[in-house]
Amino acid sequence: MTKTHVTTTINGEVTEFLCEPGATLLAVLRNELQLTGTKEGCGTGDCGACSVTLNGRLVCSCLVLGVEAEGAEIGTVEGIGGIDKLHIIQEKFLEHAALQCGICTPGLIVSTKALLAENPEPTEKEARYYLAGNLCRCTGYDKIIRAVMDSAEAMRGDA
Amino acid sequence: MVSVVYEAPASVQDAVALLSGAEITATVLAGGTDLIIQMQGLVNESRLLVDLKKIPAMMEATLDAEGLQLGPCMSCAELTSREDIKSVYPGLIEAAYLIGSTQIQGRASVGGNLCNSSPAADTVPALIVNNAQCVIVGPSGERSIQVEDFATGVGQNCLEKGELLSLIRIPLPAANTSDAYLRFIPRTEMDIAVAGAAVSITLDDDGICTAARVSIGAVAPTVLVVAKAAEVLLGTKVDVQALQAVAEAASKASSPITDRRGTDEYRRHVVGVLAKRAAAIAAERVRGIQS
Amino acid sequence: MSEAREYKYIGRRTIRPDGFDKVTGRANYGADLSLPGMIWGKILRSPYAHAVIKSIDSSKAEAHPDVMAVVTYQDYPAVSSGGFEPGDGPTDLCDLARNILADDKALYHGHAIAAIAARTEAAAEEALSLIDIDYEVLPPVMDVADAMQPGSPVLHEDLFTKGLAEQPEKASNIATRMELKKGDIEAGFAAAEVIIERDFYTPTVHQGYIEPHATTVRYDEDGQSMIWCSTQGHFDVRASTAKLLSMDLGKLKVIASEIGGGFGGKTTVYLEPVALMLSKKSGRPVKMVMTRDEVFRASGPGSATRSTVKIGAKKDGTITAMQAKLCFEAGAFKGSPMGPGCMTVFTPYDVENIYIEGYDVVVNKPKVAAYRAPGAPQAEFAAEMVINELADELNIDPIELRLQNAAKEGTQTVYGPKLKAVGLVECLEAAKNSPHYKQALAENQGRGLAAGFWFNIGGQSSVIINMNPDGTGTIVEGNPDIGGSRASMQLMAAEELGIDVSKLNPIVADTEHVPYSATTGGSRTTFATGMAVIEAAQDVVRQMKERAAAVWNVTVEQVDWSDGVAINTAGEDRLTAAEICQGADRTGGQISGRGNINARGAGPSFAVHLCDVEVDMETGKTAVVRYTAIQDAGKAIHPGYVEGQYQGGAVQGIGWALNEEYIYNEDGVMENAGFLDYRIPLASDLPMIDTIIVEVPNAFHPFGVRGVGETGIVPPLAAVATAVSDAIGVRMTNLPCSPPRVLKAIQDTA
Ligand SMILES: Cc1cc2nc3c(=O)[nH]c(=O)nc-3n(C[C@H](O)[C@H](O)[C@H](O)COP(=O)(O)OP(=O)(O)OC[C@H]3O[C@@H](n4cnc5c(N)ncnc54)[C@H](O)[C@@H]3O)c2cc1C
Ligand code: FES
Ligand code: FES
Repeated sequence: MTKTHVTTTINGEVTEFLCEPGATLLAVLRNELQLTGTKEGCGTGDCGACSVTLNGRLVCSCLVLGVEAEGAEIGTVEGIGGIDKLHIIQEKFLEHAALQCGICTPGLIVSTKALLAENPEPTEKEARYYLAGNLCRCTGYDKIIRAVMDSAEAMRGDA
Repeated sequence: MVSVVYEAPASVQDAVALLSGAEITATVLAGGTDLIIQMQGLVNESRLLVDLKKIPAMMEATLDAEGLQLGPCMSCAELTSREDIKSVYPGLIEAAYLIGSTQIQGRASVGGNLCNSSPAADTVPALIVNNAQCVIVGPSGERSIQVEDFATGVGQNCLEKGELLSLIRIPLPAANTSDAYLRFIPRTEMDIAVAGAAVSITLDDDGICTAARVSIGAVAPTVLVVAKAAEVLLGTKVDVQALQAVAEAASKASSPITDRRGTDEYRRHVVGVLAKRAAAIAAERVRGIQS
Repeated sequence: MSEAREYKYIGRRTIRPDGFDKVTGRANYGADLSLPGMIWGKILRSPYAHAVIKSIDSSKAEAHPDVMAVVTYQDYPAVSSGGFEPGDGPTDLCDLARNILADDKALYHGHAIAAIAARTEAAAEEALSLIDIDYEVLPPVMDVADAMQPGSPVLHEDLFTKGLAEQPEKASNIATRMELKKGDIEAGFAAAEVIIERDFYTPTVHQGYIEPHATTVRYDEDGQSMIWCSTQGHFDVRASTAKLLSMDLGKLKVIASEIGGGFGGKTTVYLEPVALMLSKKSGRPVKMVMTRDEVFRASGPGSATRSTVKIGAKKDGTITAMQAKLCFEAGAFKGSPMGPGCMTVFTPYDVENIYIEGYDVVVNKPKVAAYRAPGAPQAEFAAEMVINELADELNIDPIELRLQNAAKEGTQTVYGPKLKAVGLVECLEAAKNSPHYKQALAENQGRGLAAGFWFNIGGQSSVIINMNPDGTGTIVEGNPDIGGSRASMQLMAAEELGIDVSKLNPIVADTEHVPYSATTGGSRTTFATGMAVIEAAQDVVRQMKERAAAVWNVTVEQVDWSDGVAINTAGEDRLTAAEICQGADRTGGQISGRGNINARGAGPSFAVHLCDVEVDMETGKTAVVRYTAIQDAGKAIHPGYVEGQYQGGAVQGIGWALNEEYIYNEDGVMENAGFLDYRIPLASDLPMIDTIIVEVPNAFHPFGVRGVGETGIVPPLAAVATAVSDAIGVRMTNLPCSPPRVLKAIQDTA
């Protein structure tokens, strides 16, 4: 199988990779680029652990081909917060104990960031529906929703 | 896994040329939310994927005096954020909004929903009650077909080799007309419809129904138009009896199967409930326009 | 005892020490390790639920240029049947071997038959189709009731029922019959004025952890082989794998990755012994990751059950007799949690006359694994439903009826010990006084309440606290942290040492760096490993005092330890932990404390849940509109993670009650092996889950801790089903209360 050369921007950095045209963006991120923060829970679009942004839109990276990233802007959890300063959403998730095992957390952080970019003042119901594609089996969502609502408030305060 | 050749042509003509000239199985790629999963099951096969998302016309939607010209590959996320479209076709937008999760909507398209030709596709009943038309382009030119005639069976449609869906055309609704779409799923999100129903209703100034269309999904091999359910609304004020008659007509028209998503008996019952509730919502929307 | 003690750290909602890595994506889970030269393993699985494997021909696959190894059952040293304790309860080694790769029979759809390692994942998958297998297909047995019938097809010709008065002559699907009794059941029913008897069904369900099973291994002929995997118990992975490959424990290092959920499902092995054999044969590191489809079909779900519960009471509410027959599906090999089911079913009640009969039955489904309070949710569901019906029948409030008969300190359990101080009454009182219980219901709404019990376990745990020369410490433990337990270890060590949490770093070490620790399961970690932490911390304090005594030239008895500072009671001297550690080179070398224990005295945890639902009477769809989980924690070390356990357990239980089930077709093939159709609860399905932490200290733990992880999944099945029943006016006895089933119940009574 011949591999295709792809040039894309990941978390603001121009990145090149070679991939088989049938490979998913998720496989490329994890196996080619060692960006293992993006998780695979199902590979079929059902769990949201693989959530990334593609040109600003929230998508499942397991349902995007690596070759479709050509010329696009990708955002993964590795691009949120940093060594010296966590993003408010990350801080709130920690503060509210909104993770237990943490496998859903990268996806939820990416999704929450997308939610609050689209809707800085979501109601609880809007937050729950927006995040319905991010499965969490550990927490029962209570603390996640609290972290999301609190992040929204803190981010509005920051602005 | 399949061995894939990927092309992203910049024009419809190039796409048609690729599709019709292909020596291996050629498939159109829109959002990929059906296709990429379907390809996972294949072993030792080759596919040419023709990605239409680099063709600008495929990704746009224009609302004018003619109605809506919808580029079939526009993502549902983009479509549902269009307030102008939502105010004219609220039922269609609510159907698009129901597809999958936020993430799925970031990719999934109405064209893909239609071309995947599942009887449970959520946007299809809503397209049908709005008299939507498919514009199809292929090696021998362009043709049009009503959405209700597009699918021919479960996962099957009237596209011939080399053809693609290039546009979805939805006429402007008549005055005092509105629509609604409801589906039933066991949870609140992330399920494929057990049954679905779209209704479009026109009321005169006295609140009497003068025109209606009812379409139901996931209860037969293809999405159905239920003329009988529309008929029973005509001349009524969309009152309780009329709604009950809609429910009965919709249930009667259905021929569901039993599978992991529901029993035939249950689907037949629920599709009636949905049709009746959708009709009530559509009528309420018209009354909202009128007042 | 602990009530009087004032805590400085315990009870604080600290930021978990591993949190940073988990919110930034840096934490490494089972599928996140790649090694140089690594190849990929894939498993060929049975397309039939029940079949004889007549032959396996892998020659074509072996000839494939990308294939580097093929493995079948034949590659393993022969093992004999018989008990073997990897740690978390006995396992039959022969069954374990035959589950990992089938011997002469495929016993469920998805049963592993052969494995391939190839240069790429795609090549391995492709090559699977090159293995030819000749099957003789047999009729599958898919329900416990059918499997118990005399004429049923038999899964194992060598399975003879244990626990019968006489040894049976014929093989059957019933592996074990068990009986528990107390008092005189006949007399108990004779004394009753009201008797209620009902049959119940619960379906096969899955733990539904979001991270699929995954491992990366490297076999080394001379030295140290290595397994990296997502597991609740890496010592048990080591034990099982070493046994199956006939290796010394000391030659196998198992590293527990971060774990993306387990709930009991990651207490056994599936991939690891296969991957290691592939690595041995290929000479390459091998990675294997299950797909979600494989997780559903071929890991260990929770048992489906059929049960009958009969309860008798006097008109005043005194329960006189409780009887149950509990039939548990074990899946393809014996060993369902029927035992704990029998032991827990009536434990919330102090009743004189009890008779329980349990059956462990094999069927053509994947071998079940532990699932959060294994056996208890199914068993107690049946009991609690009858208790609620009894309350209605007697016209007594369900909380009052329970208070009247509640188990308490001194209650003789049916399985052995008398209960020590427990918190059931306190939980019931809290429920009674909660705003939730007082809130009126709206139209089409219903309310349900249920109690739940789980023993919790202790067992072996090992902890080392290594003090660093700057006075900071590393807490080395051997229990994979599945829900924030490192935060609790840190808090308990800080409390005992008097050193701030920020200076103590807990880590989960591999099997080489800390002695044996039993699996993270049975809600034991905060209790047992916590005790080991305390013991290790006390060991550190003892040494600190000795060093200070040496510096001051006083006896150890003259040295006090307070807030991380050694105090010379004979003078003015003070030495901080940091100072002692800095000077350790002059007082005898570095300081390290250890706590290697076998913890006894795990405190049982009771819970009471309250649930309100609203039912769409035309579609049968249920929405949970309000939920309160009340549970005894003994002492909540980190209240945030205690609440999290209550909420998570409640929501898993809600899923079990409303929508989750394995749906099989008539060939025994699961039809909903994905999260789209195996419907676990979503954020949009739920309200906030209110919690009330009750604290009745466990006398056996220095801080009073009880395990809290499991009990929370016990009450919701009956709480939700009772609420649905209340809303629709029909008693639901079969789970899940899915829309079609609820609608049918409504229509059947209309
Ligand atoms: C988790 C999940 C949840 C889902 N939930 C729903 C739901 O609630 N309701 C629902 O209806 N669907 C649902 N779906 C299915 C899917 O998302 C929709 O059908 C979606 O609209 C498909 O659009 P797409 O752009 O992704 O199509 P693709 O996958 O790209 O294409 C689908 C098919 O249509 C063909 N095709 C696409 N565009 C054209 C064109 N212009 N011309 C010719 N052929 C074309 C493709 O070749 C392919 O065969 C779900 C899917 C997932 C993974
Ligand atoms: S891995 Fe992509 S949605 Fe689950
Ligand atoms: S924290 Fe485990 S899945 Fe969400």
